[in-house]
Amino acid sequence: MEREVQRVRQAFLSGRSRPLRFRLQQLEALRRMVQEREKDILAAIAADLCKSELNAYSQEVITVLGEIDFMLENLPEWVTAKPVKKNLLTMMDEAYIQPQPLGVVLIIGAWNYPFVLIIQPLIGAIAAGNAVIIKPSELSENTAKIVAKLLPQYLDQDLYVVINGGVEETTELLKQRFDHIFYTGNTAVGKIVMEAAAKHLTPVTLELGGKSPCYIDKDCDLDIVCRRITWGKYMNCGQTCIAPDYILCEASLQSQIVWKIKETVKEFYGENIKESPDYERIINLRHFKRILSLLEGQKIAFGGETDEATRYIAPTVLTDVDPKTKVMQEEIFGPVLPIVPVKNVDEAIDFINEREKPLALYVFSHNHKLIKRMIDETSSGGVTGNDVIMHFTLNSFPFGGVGSSGMGAYHGKHSFDTFSHQRPCLLKSLKREGANKLRYPPNSQSKVDWGKFFLLKRFNKEKLGLLVLTFLGIVAAVLVKAGYY
Amino acid sequence: MEREVQRVRQAFLSGRSRPLRFRLQQLEALRRMVQEREKDILAAIAADLCKSELNAYSQEVITVLGEIDFMLENLPEWVTAKPVKKNLLTMMDEAYIQPQPLGVVLIIGAWNYPFVLIIQPLIGAIAAGNAVIIKPSELSENTAKIVAKLLPQYLDQDLYVVINGGVEETTELLKQRFDHIFYTGNTAVGKIVMEAAAKHLTPVTLELGGKSPCYIDKDCDLDIVCRRITWGKYMNCGQTCIAPDYILCEASLQSQIVWKIKETVKEFYGENIKESPDYERIINLRHFKRILSLLEGQKIAFGGETDEATRYIAPTVLTDVDPKTKVMQEEIFGPVLPIVPVKNVDEAIDFINEREKPLALYVFSHNHKVPVGWELITENIVSILFLISVPVY
Repeated sequence: MEREVQRVRQAFLSGRSRPLRFRLQQLEALRRMVQEREKDILAAIAADLCKSELNAYSQEVITVLGEIDFMLENLPEWVTAKPVKKNLLTMMDEAYIQPQPLGVVLIIGAWNYPFVLIIQPLIGAIAAGNAVIIKPSELSENTAKIVAKLLPQYLDQDLYVVINGGVEETTELLKQRFDHIFYTGNTAVGKIVMEAAAKHLTPVTLELGGKSPCYIDKDCDLDIVCRRITWGKYMNCGQTCIAPDYILCEASLQSQIVWKIKETVKEFYGENIKESPDYERIINLRHFKRILSLLEGQKIAFGGETDEATRYIAPTVLTDVDPKTKVMQEEIFGPVLPIVPVKNVDEAIDFINEREKPLALYVFSHNHKLIKRMIDETSSGGVTGNDVIMHFTLNSFPFGGVGSSGMGAYHGKHSFDTFSHQRPCLLKSLKREGANKLRYPPNSQSKVDWGKFFLLKRFNKEKLGLLVLTFLGIVAAVLVKAGYY
Repeated sequence: MEREVQRVRQAFLSGRSRPLRFRLQQLEALRRMVQEREKDILAAIAADLCKSELNAYSQEVITVLGEIDFMLENLPEWVTAKPVKKNLLTMMDEAYIQPQPLGVVLIIGAWNYPFVLIIQPLIGAIAAGNAVIIKPSELSENTAKIVAKLLPQYLDQDLYVVINGGVEETTELLKQRFDHIFYTGNTAVGKIVMEAAAKHLTPVTLELGGKSPCYIDKDCDLDIVCRRITWGKYMNCGQTCIAPDYILCEASLQSQIVWKIKETVKEFYGENIKESPDYERIINLRHFKRILSLLEGQKIAFGGETDEATRYIAPTVLTDVDPKTKVMQEEIFGPVLPIVPVKNVDEAIDFINEREKPLALYVFSHNHKVPVGWELITENIVSILFLISVPVY
């Protein structure tokens, strides 16, 4: 393990991954890989999640292609130094922020969207000029294998290395030193990753989870609301980090909501859900049993059918759920949707705030003010109002959690920023030394007063102001040089 | 400890710290505190670092005031939601990023610039709408005491709380849960802070240190270079996180550099450095002894005089320093400046890259891109003005 990481580090130190042209070439190669080997990739994802290849495309491959295209288009601009606003003291200097690669990045993937959750961060890491060690989730075996097979056929084999394995291998990997660790997964392992990173002072991005609440207001179009929630909840059999975990609503709405979700399920998956190519399965037996145990003692409004042999759990809705029961104590990550009745929006806000900050918050209402209020008075990684999931799809948003739902963010330029060191550079000349006398010992009250003039005034940075600034600065410099302080 | 943190959390949950108006009021109150109690603050800093009050003002208070003014001016704009670029799917939707407070922030200060290093982060935390627990460094006792005394007289007493104490208290504090921990200090403790933070998945900002290299090229004005380095190195008696830690240069430059730094030291601090109000002292005996041990076996070009009773170490320069010796193994954080000779800039770059990434990098050279346009014009304007001004003055 140590030797693998060393090899990748040597590759990074060669400087090969840094030129813009190289990064663009690698991203183009990645794009070719996804397009040429689409069938293999889709087959792997489909096998892991019992998903149709069409859905594997819509849910994973399309995002990857979009992200690569976005990088290819924008990277040439992002890698350039960005000039910053200057003050009186630095007016004559060059002041800019230069993005630079961090070095060797470790990306640990998750099993629920096994391809995109390892490739999308990889795209950012490559774009930022790093070398990368990729550790796909072992639970999504087929995708782990195909990624290990395909990446070295298209990308630089020493800079981007796939290491597969389970808990033991990952623990060994985490003992090594990286320049950034990007982890997608659950809170418990997130803590382990951060603790391991702390030993090397390695910065981390943790994309975790939580129970994403979904508040349904009285004042809304329940048909549309329930359709959208049904889509986001049962997609990938509920195994989505930003799936609406549970519903909060006034008790009087429950039966309508149940009815409409049930109707929508029929519309989406047909009468025989098991036969629908669009309905996935639980990833493994452990999670299957875990989700099953959440149903104990619950009022099942519809659903609840299971088949252990195929790890099938039917789309399920629970009503009048007691917040103290097991289903409300952990992230469900399955096709079980509890409805917790609350008196009003105030109670909903308190309910949400008493709990860990979730990865996503969903509010459904025609009342714009209510939505704003809910956003204002709660905290979550992100928000989608009057829909679910969708804030994930806009890459001008930094996607990430807060509190126990995670730290850091990515997507689009945010990926580039995450995997870069933004380095401030101030280039002065060896001239105009006279002005520096102000700061040299021996200090004096008049020097302090001049310092206040230079540092405690804020000027508008328009052209005219700049010329005035220049003049003032020069006058001051001249006076100082001539011993006028 | 747990109860203190709980109290602050309750205060945050009341929502009081969130409205823009409140944050501006608190920042204005902080400004008043710094202005009205300037004397007390300067006296505390001066006592901790054996620093003149003038220097305490220039090095710490001025930055604090500038930062508060900057916040007051810009915060109203920063707190607003920022619309983002939309795509086809979201074209008809409202899409924006809303900044929100994290909650309860822990700020752990350092002792070398004890006031600004605790107050500047505090300014940011208040501006962002958080509640804050402030833990000043216990090594800078007087500043720790004055901060604990003054803050509650000006700021909300439940939202912004000062907790003083040593390693034991800090360890207890780090067991509590925060929404962000801001730490300024050394690498070793930085790891401890991050490990503690990991248990609660608390994001951290770690302002640490390292050995900031200073490369001096053959092609430069050595007078000016040495003056600037002297200023930055011996300021606060070398106890600055971004002080130039050591010099890399071609061997042929060493003696000139030594000479010019020596002359500049005389110019800055006078013949009797001990008597200069502008020369500070080492914070405590432990660091005094630590820095002293770095001198063992070194070629002292000038300086090296010490006085344990006052924790005085003279501005010192070492030449022909062997990279394997102790002085090159840890951040010096004192008035000792090693010169490590290298063959050329390639060797300097390799030298730097073989080591841990430093907090700052310094390069001195005329070899820069040819100034064009604006720079050229301003150069000429300045020259002309000086030309004109010389006979007048």
